[in-house]
Amino acid sequence: MKIEPISVSELNKYMKEKVAEDEYLKSVFVRGEISNFKHHYTGHMYFTLKDENSLIKCIMFKSSTATLNFVPKDGMKVNVLGSVAVFERDGVYQIYVKAMQEDGVGDLYAKFNELKDKLEKEGLFDEEHKMKVPMMPKVIGVLTSNTGAVIRDIINVSTRRNPNVYIRLYPVPVQGPGAAEKIANAIYFMNEKKLADVLIIARGGGSIEDLWPFNEEIVARAIYNSEIPTISAVGHETDFTIADFVADLRAPTPSAAAELAVTDIFDLEDRIGLYKNRLQILLRKKLELLRLRYEKCMKARVFIEPDYIIKENYLKIDSIVKELESHINSKMKDYKLKTVEKITKLDAMSPLKTLARGYSVVEKNGKLVKSKSDLKKDDIINVRLNDGKIDAKIC
Amino acid sequence: MAKEKDFEEMLDNLEEIVQSLEKDDLKLDESISKFEEGMKLAKECNKKLEEAEKKITILLNENGEVKEENFVAE
Repeated sequence: MKIEPISVSELNKYMKEKVAEDEYLKSVFVRGEISNFKHHYTGHMYFTLKDENSLIKCIMFKSSTATLNFVPKDGMKVNVLGSVAVFERDGVYQIYVKAMQEDGVGDLYAKFNELKDKLEKEGLFDEEHKMKVPMMPKVIGVLTSNTGAVIRDIINVSTRRNPNVYIRLYPVPVQGPGAAEKIANAIYFMNEKKLADVLIIARGGGSIEDLWPFNEEIVARAIYNSEIPTISAVGHETDFTIADFVADLRAPTPSAAAELAVTDIFDLEDRIGLYKNRLQILLRKKLELLRLRYEKCMKARVFIEPDYIIKENYLKIDSIVKELESHINSKMKDYKLKTVEKITKLDAMSPLKTLARGYSVVEKNGKLVKSKSDLKKDDIINVRLNDGKIDAKIC
Repeated sequence: MAKEKDFEEMLDNLEEIVQSLEKDDLKLDESISKFEEGMKLAKECNKKLEEAEKKITILLNENGEVKEENFVAE
């Protein structure tokens, strides 16, 4: 009997169903390295996952890519979670990826948090321990790689702010094995030889693996023990390494670190100039005020016409004397008037006047006799007439 | 790094002198002496700014011994 050949599609269809039936392949967790990664305009991601001996195609639909917390790149070690299925058209089986995570990242984050908590409890991040960056450091120590943009940016920003800046670069590897030890040694060396007044520890952006030396404990302790104030500028603005927590000051970028370390001397010069002007203005104002007060005094009459006081006093005396005289005179007049008045009044009442008009005054035993009833027969009375007195008897 | 009069201290003193003159409760001769002291400080501050000399160097480790050479970032 003749064997009828089956079509390619039939074969692929068969394979697809065979694979689909397998429970294990419904959910697989695979580790590998990304290569020829393509992020299709549709939003889907296509890449192959490989290890030393073989590779497998992968596809991650747009909806699943939303869960990614990193940007996949060729060469990255990742773990993928997904299902295996045959893509009939190409007769290829591939992984349909639902979730992906950087390989080994998982434990790095854990190690990071663990170390962070430990050092935090030990007080390496305490604010009180942090030193102030000096305003005018004589020497800026920089620990970074001697190639690349970081040192260039730091130099450019520093010299722009202070053309006379002194930067001393101690080149260190900023990633890879052994970097942490070298960075820590550099910090101790700069301290031991007192080669800087402020230290900038900097590197550009990178993955968590790249930044890892700055999360190492020995670098953290070196920074903590450094007597030279340290400014850390590690990774992108959003990256925070342990070095950033321990440093005296954290700058978002290397350029920002240079700005924090190097005071703009043009601002300083302006400020000093301003103070000098203020001093001059203030002193001149003070002198001016005092001169005005002095002149005011000198204008006083006592200096212009010194003897005027004497004259004035004379005048005063004269006027007082005049016043006295006038007082006295008026007093005298008063008294004179008053006495004359009194005299005339007295005169008017004086008994002598009535005697002169022919009346007489009768007294008995020295007492005035005012009524007939005071007298009786044979009384001796005394009668005073205008021209003298006589005695008489009542008959 | 010889520890002469620290730049920051001088600047703070200068600031204090300006403030005290601004308060203007000083006698004349006190104001004059404070003024002179302020001007001297200002001069010294400026001198410190100018006397610094630009140097960009790199520390190189040659067989255990560290040498400092000029450095130009390429």
